[in-house]
Order: sequence, then structure tokens, then C-alpha cells
Amino acid sequence: MSILVLAEHDNASLKAATLNAIAAAARIGGDVEVLVAGQNCNGAADAAAKVAGVKKVLVADSAEYAHALPENLAPLIVELARSRSHVMAAATTNGKNVLPRVAALLDVAQISEIIEVISADTFVRPIYAGNAMATVQSKDTVKVITVRATGFDPAAATGGSASIEKVAAKGAAGLSEFKGAELSKSERPELTSARIVISGGRGMQSGDNFKLLESVADKLGAAVGASRAAVDAGFVPNDYQVGQTGKIVAPDLYLAVGISGAIQHLAGMKDSKVIVAINKDEEAPIFQVADYGLVADLFKAVPELDAELAKGR
Amino acid sequence: MKVLVAVKRVVDFNVKVRVKADKTGVETANVKMSMNPFDEIGVEEAIRLKEAGKATEVVAVSIGVAQAQETIRTALAMGADRGIHVQSDAELQPLAVAKLLKAVIEKEQPKLVVLGKQAIDDDCNQTGQMLAALLGWAQGTFASKVAPDGDSMTVTREVDGGLETVQLKLPAIVTTDLRLNEPRYASLPNIMKAKKKPIDALTPEALGVDPAPRLVTLKVEEPPKRKSGVKVGSVVELVEKLRTEAKVIP
Ligand SMILES: Cc1cc2nc3c(=O)[nH]c(=O)nc-3n(C[C@H](O)[C@H](O)[C@H](O)COP(=O)(O)OP(=O)(O)OC[C@H]3O[C@@H](n4cnc5c(N)ncnc54)[C@H](O)[C@@H]3O)c2cc1C
Ligand SMILES: Nc1ncnc2c1ncn2[C@@H]1O[C@H](COP(=O)(O)O)[C@@H](O)[C@H]1O
Repeated sequence: MSILVLAEHDNASLKAATLNAIAAAARIGGDVEVLVAGQNCNGAADAAAKVAGVKKVLVADSAEYAHALPENLAPLIVELARSRSHVMAAATTNGKNVLPRVAALLDVAQISEIIEVISADTFVRPIYAGNAMATVQSKDTVKVITVRATGFDPAAATGGSASIEKVAAKGAAGLSEFKGAELSKSERPELTSARIVISGGRGMQSGDNFKLLESVADKLGAAVGASRAAVDAGFVPNDYQVGQTGKIVAPDLYLAVGISGAIQHLAGMKDSKVIVAINKDEEAPIFQVADYGLVADLFKAVPELDAELAKGR
Repeated sequence: MKVLVAVKRVVDFNVKVRVKADKTGVETANVKMSMNPFDEIGVEEAIRLKEAGKATEVVAVSIGVAQAQETIRTALAMGADRGIHVQSDAELQPLAVAKLLKAVIEKEQPKLVVLGKQAIDDDCNQTGQMLAALLGWAQGTFASKVAPDGDSMTVTREVDGGLETVQLKLPAIVTTDLRLNEPRYASLPNIMKAKKKPIDALTPEALGVDPAPRLVTLKVEEPPKRKSGVKVGSVVELVEKLRTEAKVIP
């Protein structure tokens, strides 16, 4: 068996989710190779070569791969896939964008967001916002799979010494062009890999009030997230959204503040180790998944929490 | 510009589904069904393009059981011009749906095809990307803004890091994200009018597509339940518990 993992990276370094995808590949067994497609991406390739368990790193370094346009990436991956048993990627917006395109070109199914490897052809994936777990088996010659990061502990970023091999670029498809990006800047940890996450919902009332959460986040080294309602209302950018159709997180500690706990939100955080809910409505469904629930007005409770944490032990 | 919108009939987003006792799937008997919410956003966007004079005709396509016609009627009541129903009682996976849509598109020749980013039942997030691949078209997935202009279209996409803008050659595929628009409710007069709008009936056989599933579902189970927690009386108690009991903060 030979498994190709598509690296998620910013040319200089690997994105954390790549390590979870590599870990899932290692569970299947066989040779794990990582494809780094980008422009001036030696930094990312070197990082991939150091990941424990990686046998070989394939590098496609060319302008048409600079922005991970799926129209350009898919033909490259398809060619490499033909001689392999599995193609995998983290279920990031990039992975979800390109792998179905790869699968269709190979005329095979794509298996979305696996959380468990049962065997080389059988996997578990959540459906219906995580209210059911499906065990699915693929009979296709190449299995094309996206990996939900929260299902697999990351592979060690160091300890490996894979060889690095160049692969020829395949040119631009001429269908699409990258025009620009507006990326959220933050000094805080990334939402999907943070050890602690504090999220706010419609109860926050405004974007300004998220400062209350940010202050707590900075004391805990936490990331800040949000419900869909808070994003739709414009309190925070779209990339804060946790849930079925946003980001899936499973930190050691998740604090939900002013969030009711709709199934779509729970889908994104209910595998967190410890869940805290602060909500003024004691009937709010979020309390059904919370390990510690505080029925309180958040505008009183959050500043108190902030002060209590500032005190230290 | 003709716009085609794919609409799927799914279990309503407010329903908390239950796994069947025999583990073959989830209970769908006597459960409220609706149009996939992302597809409502797709229909809305197509209608807005028509209202803005950028689209000439909006065609809603659904694939599945007879009741999928109700989903098409909803799209027609919102403002789509006509419908196409590909009737099939079989289990349909994204690759099969993409092949069927491709066959419909070859007949209809739209310049823009809009799908939802994700069906909230299978949570696959695949069909639009697969369709783009099969057609050899550009794809603007997870769109929060679309602006067609002549032979190209600018699409703003919701990505993990924020927003990204791409320019696509038309014809192209777009998949909708939540912030693209807020879908309208159909008015009663429009619901009445929709009853007279035409829906063409097709079958996978007539389209020459084998929709057989590629993945076999071996079993469907309940997710593990969380054990119930406790209510704390104060912030001080909460912090104390997080420190000494849960040991998740220093
Ligand atoms: C297709 C689809 C996809 C979706 N995807 C997602 C997703 O990925 N993520 C997601 O989060 N949602 C998603 N949703 C939306 C989801 O259904 C809910 O509408 C949303 O999660 C509600 O957000 P909320 O809890 O912030 O708001 P609300 O449900 O309005 O809850 C606000 C809560 O704040 C509490 N509150 C108000 N004021 C205070 C105060 N002063 N102090 C304390 N508590 C207070 C209230 O008691 C209430 O419980 C999706 C919906 C659809 C249809
Ligand atoms: N049976 C279907 N009929 C019409 N459209 C569909 C069907 N299945 C999927 N789609 C479209 O594909 C999108 C993504 O579905 P999925 O890839 O299953 O998550 C949906 O939002 C629909 O727009």
C-alpha cells in the first residue's frame, strides 16, 4: 500500500492539520508519502520530511500551485494517485475543495471527514451533524479521503528523515485565477489546534463585546470562536464559526458563552474534553453537553471570570 | 445567461435524527423534510441574478424519490422558472449525483450552475467539486459573494483563514456558503403560481448514467453520549473546579 497525503501549508511551514492527516495515513499502514505543491515551498517540504513516519516528500514547486487552485492541483494529484492505494488530505477548506475534484477525475468515491480507520478500505465518518456515525467500506481501486483532524492525534513533527523528490509541474488549467485574500490576523492560537477555545454567540450582542472574551482568551492562551449567529450578525469574521458547517474543534477546554447549543453548533465542539457553558437561560440545550454549567448573565460572569483568572492561584 | 440550481430534499435542519435500531441508517419515516438550507441560498442567489438582469432563466433540478418534486416546487415558489426532476429510488452518492447533473447540464447548456456547499444529511461537501471536475469547469466553492461579468465571474470564498477571491472562466460551478444571502420566503400568490410552472421528468436510464453507489454503508450507530455535568453556583466555584477537578487551566 502506498498513501499520498496532500500537505496543507503556507509554503514556509506545514499547517497543523497535515500532521493529523499523516497520523490517519499511518493508521492504514504502508508507505506514507507527502505531496507539497506550492511556490517557493522548500520550507514546507523540509518540514514535511521531518515528520515521523513519512517515507518520501514529493515537491511540485511552480507558480500555478501558489494558491492551491483546485483546477490546477487536481491534475497533478490525479497523476500521482494512479499508482497509489490512497490519497488523503486534512478536511480543511483546501482539502475539501480539491479532493472531490480528484476523486471524480479518477471515477471513484470520496470519503469525507473520517474520524476512524477500521481497515485499509473501511472508515467511520459522522453524518447528520454528528448525530450518527456511519461505517463505510470502499471498493474503489484508489481511496480518496479527507480526515477530520479531531479524530487523530497528530503525528510527531520531528523524528523523521524522509527523502525529498521533485515532481514535474503540469501547468495551469487556465480556468481560474487567484485575485486576493483577506485573512484574519491574530496573535492567538489557531482555532482548530488550540488547547482552549472560548466562543461567543448571539448573546454577546456586538462585536465590541467580544473584547470580554478576548481578555479571558489571552489569560488562558486560548483561541476565540463563535456561533453562526454571531458571525451572521457581523460580530466576528466567518473563520470564527464553530459547527457542522464551520470548524470542528475538540480542545481540552471549550467555553461557550451566550450560545444556545443548536445541533449545528454542538456538531463542531461536542468532542471537547471539558465543556463549560455560561448562559442566562437554564433551559438552554448547551447545558446538556456541558460538564460545568453556569446560569448567569454573561456581562456579569465574564468580567468576573477575567478578574478571577487575573488573580492567579 | 441560464442558471441551473441543484436542490436536494433532506431531513429538516431542526430535526434531531435518530439512528434506526437495526443500524442500517437513520429514521426518516414521519420526519419533516425540507430543501437543503444551502440550496435555498443557491435558489435565492440565482433569482437575485435574474432580478439584477444578469440571468435570463433559472432552472431548479432535484434528483431522487417522487417527493423531490415538492422541493422543486419550493424553488419554483421562490422564483425559479421551471424544474427538472430526475426520478430515482436508489441510494444516491455524490459521484452519481454529479454524473446525473452533468448529463442534465449537457442538455440544458447553462452558463452557471449553483449547488449548496454541503447537504446537511450526508455532510459530504463533494457534489459541486465533482461536477466541476467531470465538466472540466472552474469551481468557486463556499461562496459568500458572486459577481458574473461577461465571460468570467468573481467569487469570494469563505476559507479557513478568512476570505479569498478568485476569478473563474464561465461556464462555472458555484457552491454556496451561509453568508451569500438570506433566502426569501415564498409568498402565497407565488406558491399558487408555482403550481403551474413546468417540471420535466427524467430518469438515470434516460440520461445514460449508472447511479450505483460506490461506498457500502456497513452500519450506522449512535455517537457516544457525554456524561451529564453539573451546574456551578458562581464564577469562583467554576474556576476552582476547572483548576482542581478538571485540571484544564493552571
Ligand atoms: C444549514 C445550517 C448550518 C448551520 N451551521 C452552523 C454552524 O456551523 N455553527 C453554528 O454555531 N450554527 C450553525 N447553524 C445555526 C444554528 O442552527 C443556530 O441558529 C445557531 O447556532 C445559534 O447561535 P447562538 O447560539 O449564538 O444564538 P441563539 O440560539 O440565539 O442563542 C443565544 C443564547 O444566548 C443566551 N444569552 C442571551 N443573552 C445573554 C446574556 N446576557 N448572558 C448569558 N446568556 C445570554 C440566550 O439565552 C441564548 O441561549 C446552522 C444552521 C443551518 C440551517
Ligand atoms: N439528490 C440531489 N439532488 C439535487 N442536488 C443534489 C443532490 N445531492 C446533492 N445535491 C447538491 O449538491 C450539494 C452538496 O451535496 P453533498 O456533496 O452531498 O454534500 C447540495 O447542496 C445540492 O446542491
